[in-house]
Amino acid sequence: MKLKLATLALTGLMAAAPAMADLVFPSLSYRTGPYAAGGIPFADGYADYFTLLNERDGGIGGVMTKVIECETGYNTEKGVECYEATKGEGSLVYQPLSTGITYQLIPKVTADGIPLHTMGYGRTSAANGKVFSHVFNYPANYWDGASIAVNHLLDINGGDLSGKKIALVYHNSAYGKEPIRTLEELSAKHGYELTTIAVDHPGQEQKSQWLQIRRERPDYVLMWGWGVMNQVAIQEAANIRFPMENFIGVWWSGSENDVLPAGDGANGYKSLALHGTGSDYPIYADIQKYVVDAGKAAGAGDQIGTVLYSRGLYAAMLAAEAAKKAQEIHGTADITPAMMRDGMEALEITAEILEANGLPGFGPEFKVSCENHGGPGLGMVQQWDASAKKWNIITDMIQSDKSVIDALVKEDSEAFAAENNIEMRCN
Amino acid sequence: MLYREAGDFNTSYKQDGQTFPIRFDRYRYYAVLAVAFGVIPFIINDYWANAVFVPFLIYAIAAIGLNILTGYCGQVSLGTGGFMAVGAYACYKLMTGFPDVSIVIHVILSGGITAAVGVLFGLPSLRIKGFYLAVATLAAQFFLVWLFNKVPWFYNYSASGQINAPERSVFGIIVTGPNTEAWAKYMICLVFVVACAWIARNLTRGASGRRWMAIRDMDIAAEIIGVNPLGAKLTAFAVSSFFIGIAGALFFAVYLGAVEVGEAFGINKSFLVLFMIIIGGLGSIFGSFAGAAFMVLLPVLLKNVLVGGLGWATDLAAHLEFMIVGGLIVMFLIVEPHGLAQLWRLTKEKLRLWPFPH
Repeated sequence: MKLKLATLALTGLMAAAPAMADLVFPSLSYRTGPYAAGGIPFADGYADYFTLLNERDGGIGGVMTKVIECETGYNTEKGVECYEATKGEGSLVYQPLSTGITYQLIPKVTADGIPLHTMGYGRTSAANGKVFSHVFNYPANYWDGASIAVNHLLDINGGDLSGKKIALVYHNSAYGKEPIRTLEELSAKHGYELTTIAVDHPGQEQKSQWLQIRRERPDYVLMWGWGVMNQVAIQEAANIRFPMENFIGVWWSGSENDVLPAGDGANGYKSLALHGTGSDYPIYADIQKYVVDAGKAAGAGDQIGTVLYSRGLYAAMLAAEAAKKAQEIHGTADITPAMMRDGMEALEITAEILEANGLPGFGPEFKVSCENHGGPGLGMVQQWDASAKKWNIITDMIQSDKSVIDALVKEDSEAFAAENNIEMRCN
Repeated sequence: MLYREAGDFNTSYKQDGQTFPIRFDRYRYYAVLAVAFGVIPFIINDYWANAVFVPFLIYAIAAIGLNILTGYCGQVSLGTGGFMAVGAYACYKLMTGFPDVSIVIHVILSGGITAAVGVLFGLPSLRIKGFYLAVATLAAQFFLVWLFNKVPWFYNYSASGQINAPERSVFGIIVTGPNTEAWAKYMICLVFVVACAWIARNLTRGASGRRWMAIRDMDIAAEIIGVNPLGAKLTAFAVSSFFIGIAGALFFAVYLGAVEVGEAFGINKSFLVLFMIIIGGLGSIFGSFAGAAFMVLLPVLLKNVLVGGLGWATDLAAHLEFMIVGGLIVMFLIVEPHGLAQLWRLTKEKLRLWPFPH
């Protein structure tokens, strides 16, 4: 009986999901588990931006938006279930915020014709639009990140890193392994010595890794961490009195949640930044007025203005702009995933668009093309001020070393194309 | 009234020894097979295949494998995740190394390779027992995951350490890769499940199964009556790992398509499969299916009811799901320590007498 009821309930749910006229943006979020500290603010920002569009502008091009959340717990099996559960509802673009789930979805979305946007994560070589028709990772990817970090170190060291020792502390997964190839290439080019130190999921235990760092005394430590691993690493670095200004995390290791637990010990810690920081942008006034005061804020509403919240906003804004572009290209407000893909491929972000969205100077200006799904590869460096509890941007936009990265992207994506018999597009 | 042996006469030893001696039971079994092969493939969609049936069938194979080792032979193992990883990586290396050979052969060979690895890690079982053996297999779990992360040869030197299943077909029908139809995915898993369950059932009621059970019940007594503990324990490890390897290969190639060893085959997987056989029933093939169904279907069902049906917040639902599933596990262990299979057995006993219990 129980099983029967269950089957009935399930069938009912399946049947109760007809094609809706809304523009559906699924959010494969994770508000539970060891990565929730990063997942919650991103999901809140993503949802709040679409709520803002609905409340303030009446949706995109007159069509209301709808965010369907599905909890993945950063787990690939649940990610697959979420994808299958939401794809039938007219989902326009997937942003899973997990490199593992991204690898899972790349072949699936390509077969189903739904675009996938992995902003600053995922498979780096997806930047090659000739091979990956439905995957986008603008405005920057992991290999850009690695190169931006090295370029920043070059800047501080007067352009010379020869003989320096750099250690990479990374999450022992597809995500953490991504930058190794680039860092090795760059080490050959710039003459620094690279040590890689793996931290296993979830990363709560890092004593031995930091003991190794203490023994080997690298000049700089780079980190590819996520979730609870970031907080532990920063705390351990503070414990061994590693000079914080020589410790640089990727943009996923640079939120308030990561540095606050270490207190004053985290002062001076640097991380890369994909976009501007802080809540001084005009959009926050609108969010306060239309979303928070209306009682429609996602989650607990306590994340507004944090780094990862604004990354969620940014991701949502890029998706919304791509949807606008798609409406423009196809002359219809009710777009399909295929049209959305065209919109993403024709996306152009200018200073005016950023300004119009209340985010002036927030991110780089860029243009996506058929060949280049990866954007310009620009990033900044931010530094934590523990006394003011504030991230400060300390550099201008830094350009990644495209001469190294483009060759790597080409090599890796062509290997993928050969393995899967994919024909090159954009000829 | 429905379920009874009255009027069901066996006239040969063969009939007497069959798996389902009661006619009603036999027809029920044929009906299940008929629905599984003849109805579900025609109505299945992507969601039902990927979220419900394919994981259920694959975990059922893994549970059968572990049940042979733990339930029938009494050797506690926490290395299931590691052995599944062996199956998955063996399948990946075979698929990419010999693209012209059929995927079915690759999956079976992966099972064979896992069986060899399983025997290797089963050797300590000749000297150590119980909890100590559990710790030795736990070492296998961690060692194997570490190995597949550390040695780039296993993942063909890809930058991310991920393995991806290329597209392969059986009789011209694509069964792996993103273009697989839901029914093809389901069917290949179903064929493997039916074959594995049939082999397992017949092994366990034959001579080797009796040897395993003798070892499980009391190994010294078994040795005295002439059971070779070396042979019995190692065959149990081999057969069990063979099934687990097949499950791992299908898990990677058919179900997920892309796998990262630490995440997909971590210690959690070992515990999950162990919970399946404990809840389902140790030493029972039916219990393996029941346990796999319980552990795979219940979270999906709860999620659909709480989030989809009642519209609750996703994080609240996820936390409640842990609490409900955990609570049910504890309840089961207290109320019915022999698992769902024992409940089924009791139901059958009651049905035999129904409606006149005296």
